[in-house]
Amino acid sequence: MTGNFLNLAIWVPIVAGLIVLATGGDRRADTARWLALAGALAGFLVSIPLYTQFDLLSAGMQFEFSTPWVTDYNINYHIGVDGLSVLFVILNSFTTLLVVIAGWEVIKERVAQYMAAFLIMSGLINGAFAALDAILFYVFFEAMLIPMYLIIGVWGGPRRVYASIKFFLYTLMGSLLTLVAFIYLYRQTGSFEILDYYRVPLGMTAQALLLVAFFFAFAVKVPMWPVHTWLPDAHVEAPTGGSMVLAAITLKLGAYGFLRFALPIAPDASREYAWVFVALSLVAVVYIGMVALVQSDMKKLVAYSSISHMGFVTLGFFMFANGMLNQYAVVGAIALMVSHGFVSAAMFFCIGVMYDRVHSRKIADYGGVANKMPIFASFFMLFAMANAGLPGTAGFVGEFFVVLGAIQVNFWVAFAAATTLIFGAAYTLWMYKRVIFGEVANEHVAELQDVNKREFLVLAILAIAVLGMGLYPKPFTDVTLQSVNHLIELAAQTKLQ
Amino acid sequence: MNPSSLNAWVATPEIFLLCSACIILIFDLFVSDSRKQVTYLLTLLVLALTAVLSIQSLQQGLALAESGASVARFAFSNMYVADPVADFAKIGMVLGVALVLVYGRGYATDRGILKGELFTLTLFSLLGMMVMASATNFLTLYVGLELLSLSIYALVALPRGAVKASEASMKYFVLGALASGMLLYGMSMLYGATGSLDVHEVASRISQQQYNPILLTFGMVFVVTGIGFKLGAVPFHMWVPDVYEGAPTLLAQLIGSAPKIAAFVFVLRLLGQALEQFGPIWGEMLIYLAIASLVLGNLAAIAQKNIKRMLAYSTISHMGFLLLGLAVHNSQGYSAAFFYAITYVVTTAAGFGILMLLSRSGFECENVDDFKGLNKRSPWFALMMLMVMFSMAGIPAFVGFFAKLSVLRALVAADAVWLAVVAVAFSLIGAFYYLRVVKVMYFDEPEGEQPAIAASADVRVLLSANCLLLLVLGIFPSQLLSSLSLAVKLTAAGVML
Repeated sequence: MTGNFLNLAIWVPIVAGLIVLATGGDRRADTARWLALAGALAGFLVSIPLYTQFDLLSAGMQFEFSTPWVTDYNINYHIGVDGLSVLFVILNSFTTLLVVIAGWEVIKERVAQYMAAFLIMSGLINGAFAALDAILFYVFFEAMLIPMYLIIGVWGGPRRVYASIKFFLYTLMGSLLTLVAFIYLYRQTGSFEILDYYRVPLGMTAQALLLVAFFFAFAVKVPMWPVHTWLPDAHVEAPTGGSMVLAAITLKLGAYGFLRFALPIAPDASREYAWVFVALSLVAVVYIGMVALVQSDMKKLVAYSSISHMGFVTLGFFMFANGMLNQYAVVGAIALMVSHGFVSAAMFFCIGVMYDRVHSRKIADYGGVANKMPIFASFFMLFAMANAGLPGTAGFVGEFFVVLGAIQVNFWVAFAAATTLIFGAAYTLWMYKRVIFGEVANEHVAELQDVNKREFLVLAILAIAVLGMGLYPKPFTDVTLQSVNHLIELAAQTKLQ
Repeated sequence: MNPSSLNAWVATPEIFLLCSACIILIFDLFVSDSRKQVTYLLTLLVLALTAVLSIQSLQQGLALAESGASVARFAFSNMYVADPVADFAKIGMVLGVALVLVYGRGYATDRGILKGELFTLTLFSLLGMMVMASATNFLTLYVGLELLSLSIYALVALPRGAVKASEASMKYFVLGALASGMLLYGMSMLYGATGSLDVHEVASRISQQQYNPILLTFGMVFVVTGIGFKLGAVPFHMWVPDVYEGAPTLLAQLIGSAPKIAAFVFVLRLLGQALEQFGPIWGEMLIYLAIASLVLGNLAAIAQKNIKRMLAYSTISHMGFLLLGLAVHNSQGYSAAFFYAITYVVTTAAGFGILMLLSRSGFECENVDDFKGLNKRSPWFALMMLMVMFSMAGIPAFVGFFAKLSVLRALVAADAVWLAVVAVAFSLIGAFYYLRVVKVMYFDEPEGEQPAIAASADVRVLLSANCLLLLVLGIFPSQLLSSLSLAVKLTAAGVML
C-alpha cells in the first residue's frame, strides 16, 4: 500500500490553512470560514480510507511512504501508521472539523488567522502521529507549538499571555531533551529511523537516561503529575476550539510518545522504573481527581478531569506483570485516549456554548440552565455521564479495561485507580447539578437561548460518537489489537548485552 | 602549479572588488548628494559581479576536486588561497553585505548617511572579510581583519552629529584595537615558537615537534583571546551590546551579519589549520567561552527592552553555539559551525531588515514595544518577524533548527552529550525572549496611531523572500548542508596535499 492517503491527511489541512491565511483581513471573514470548512472536511475525508483500508491482521506499518530528506544526516521523510497511531490521525482530522464549526460565529476577529492556525496545526499533529523518522517526528512535534501558542495568546482569556508562554516553554523544555536523546540514538544506530531504535542494544544507564528524556517530553505533554501545571492555565485561557484540540489531541500525542518511544526503545528501563510511572499516574488519578472536586471554574474542572483521565491512560501503559505488559490495560488505555478525545472535546464545547452566552466560566454564576436550554441540558447530561465513565458511553470502555488489566497485575493499584469512577462521577455530576439544575439563578441565565443549529450539529455528532463507541467499541479496539500485541513483545524484550 | 609564483588570477574576486571600490570612490565625487542612487546601484552591480567571480572560483575548485587534484589554489607566495570554504564564505559575505545596503538604503536616506563613504567603506570592509577568508598567512589574516575593522569603526561614526553613534564607534575602536593587539601579540609568539607565519608551515612544524612549547601555549592563549573579542564571546563581549545599540541599524546589521562568516573562517585557518595538533587544548578553551556566552547571552537578553540590545545578546549566545561547533575540532564540527554561520547571517539580516522597515524619518524602531500590535498593522511582516524569531529560537520548521541540530549532532558524535544538554537548556531560556517579541506583535494592541509602513517595493519583496528563505531552508536544508560539509572536507583534504 502507498502512503498517499497519509500524505494527504498531513498536507491537505496545511495547504488549506495557507489558502485560508491568504484571504487576509476580516473583510473576507466569510470566505475564510467556508474555505476552512472545506479544508477541514477534505482533511477528514482523506483520513477515512486510513481506517477502511487498514489491514486489521497486520502489526506492521501501513500506508508507508519514505523518501530521503536530509541526505547528509540520513534523515528521511518516512511516514506510516499502525494500530497505535491510526485512530489518532482520524480523531484529529475529525476534531479539527468540529473546531472549525465550533468557532464559526464565535470568533469575530482575525477569523482567517484563527482558522488557518487550526488547520495547519491539524496537519502538523497528523504528521507527528505518522512520523517514523525521529527528526521528522520532532519537527512536527515542535512546529505545532507555534500555532497553539498563537491560538492561546491571540484569542484567549485575560491571562492568555502568561498561559501561552508557560505552555510553550513547558513543552519545549521536554522536547529539547528528547532531541538530544534522538541524536544519541542516531549515534548508536547511524539512522534516525524510529523502527531501527527498537532493535539497538542499549545498556541500562543509557536506557534509563533515555527514559528520563522521553519522560520529560511526553509527561509534560500528557500531562502527568507533577508537570501538569501548564494545562489548567492553558485550558482556562484558550478559546473553546483551542481547549478542544488541546484536550482531545495534543494530550494524546504525549501518551502516544510513550507507546512509540519509551516502551519499545527502553524496555528494560521501562520495566525497572514502571513503578515510578504507576505511582505518578495514581497520584494524577486520585489527587488530581480530588483537586477537580473543589474547582469553582468549569473549564478548570474539566482540565483537571483531563489530567486525571490521562493518569488512567499512563497507568494502563505501565502495567507490567512478570515483565509483560498487560494486554487489557494497554488496549483499554488506547480506547480511553480515543473516548477522552470525544468526551473532553464535548465537555469543552458545552462550556464554550454557555460561555458565549453568559461570558463566565464560574459555576456559581449558573444554576437552572435546564429551564432555559433543555436540549443543551440533555446533551450536556450525556457528556457528563460519559466523563464519569457510565456504562454505555465511550468513557466506560477504556476505564473498565484498564481496571480489568490492573486487577490482574496488582489489586491495590487497581483499587486506587478505580476510585476515579467515584471521583469522576462526583466532580462531574456535582458540577452538572449546580450548573444545570435548580432554580434560575440570575438574569443572565434567565435570558439564555437554547442551542442554535450549528451548535446542535456539533453536539449531535459528538453524542453519536460517544454513544456509538460506548455501545459498540469493537471497531476501535480491533484496530489496535495487533499492534498492541507487537508492542507487548517489544516491551518484553531485553536490550541489555 | 608552482605555489611560490604570483598566480594573481586566483584572487580575481578581491582584485576586482578593490579596483571597483576605488573607482566608486572617485566616481562618487562627481555624483551630487541627491543622486546617490546611482552610486547605490553601481555598488550593487559590483557586489553582484564579485559574487559571480566567487561562484566561478568555487566551480573551478570543484572541477579540480573532480579531476582528483588539490582544490587549494595558492597565490602571492602562499599568502593567499582559494579553496571551497573560502569561496562559499565569500558568496555568503557578499550576500550579507548586499542585504545591508538594500534594507538600509531608505533608512540611510532618512538619516542623511547615504553618502559615498557608506558605499566605499562597506566595499572595503567586504574586501577585508574576503581577504580574511582566503588568507593562509598570519600577516594576510591580520591585514584582512584590520581592513574590515577600520572600515567599520569609521562607518559606525558616519552620523557625525549623533552622540550615541560616536560613543559606539569609540568603544568599538578602543576594544577592537585591544583585541587586535592581543591577536598580533599571539601571532608573534606563534612565529617565535615555530619560526613561520605561514598557516600550513606552522602546522607542519608543530607536527614535526619543531616548536617551543611554552611560547606556543602563550601564543595560543592570546590568539584565542583575540578571537573571543572579535566574535564577541563572553567574557570579551562587552562591546557588542553598546555597539549594536549605538550604531545606526544598518551598520548594526553589517557588524552582526557577514563578519561572523569571516570570523568563522578566521578561526578555521588559525586554530583549525595552523594549530590543528592542539585541537583538544584550544577546543577546551572554546568550550568555556561557548558556555559562558550561552549563559550570559541568553540570560542578559531576557532583561533587554531595547530590541537592538536584545539582538546583541542573542548574537552572543549564537556565537556560543558556533563556538561549540568549532570546539569539536573535526570536520563534522566545522561543517556544523559553517552552516550555523551562514544561516545566522541570513536570519539576522532579515531581523535587522524588519527593524529598518519599521523605522522611518525621525523614528527609530529599537524597542521591543515598538512591535506592539504589528499583526494588526501589517499581518504580513508580523508573520515574517515571527519566522525570524522562531528561526533564531531554533524551532522547526525553520532553518535555525537545523543549524542547532547540526551542532548538537557534532557534539554528540564527539561524546560531549553533556555539552549538548547544556546547549539545549540555554536555548530553552533563549526561546523566552524570542517568544516575547512574538507576544508583543500578536497579543498586544498597537499603541496610538502608527503610520503605515513606507518601504519601496524592492525592499518589501527582498525582505519577504529573505524571511521565506528561512522556512524554505528549514524544510529543504539538505542541499546547503551537504554543500558546506563537502566544502569543509575538500578544503581539509586539499591542505594535506
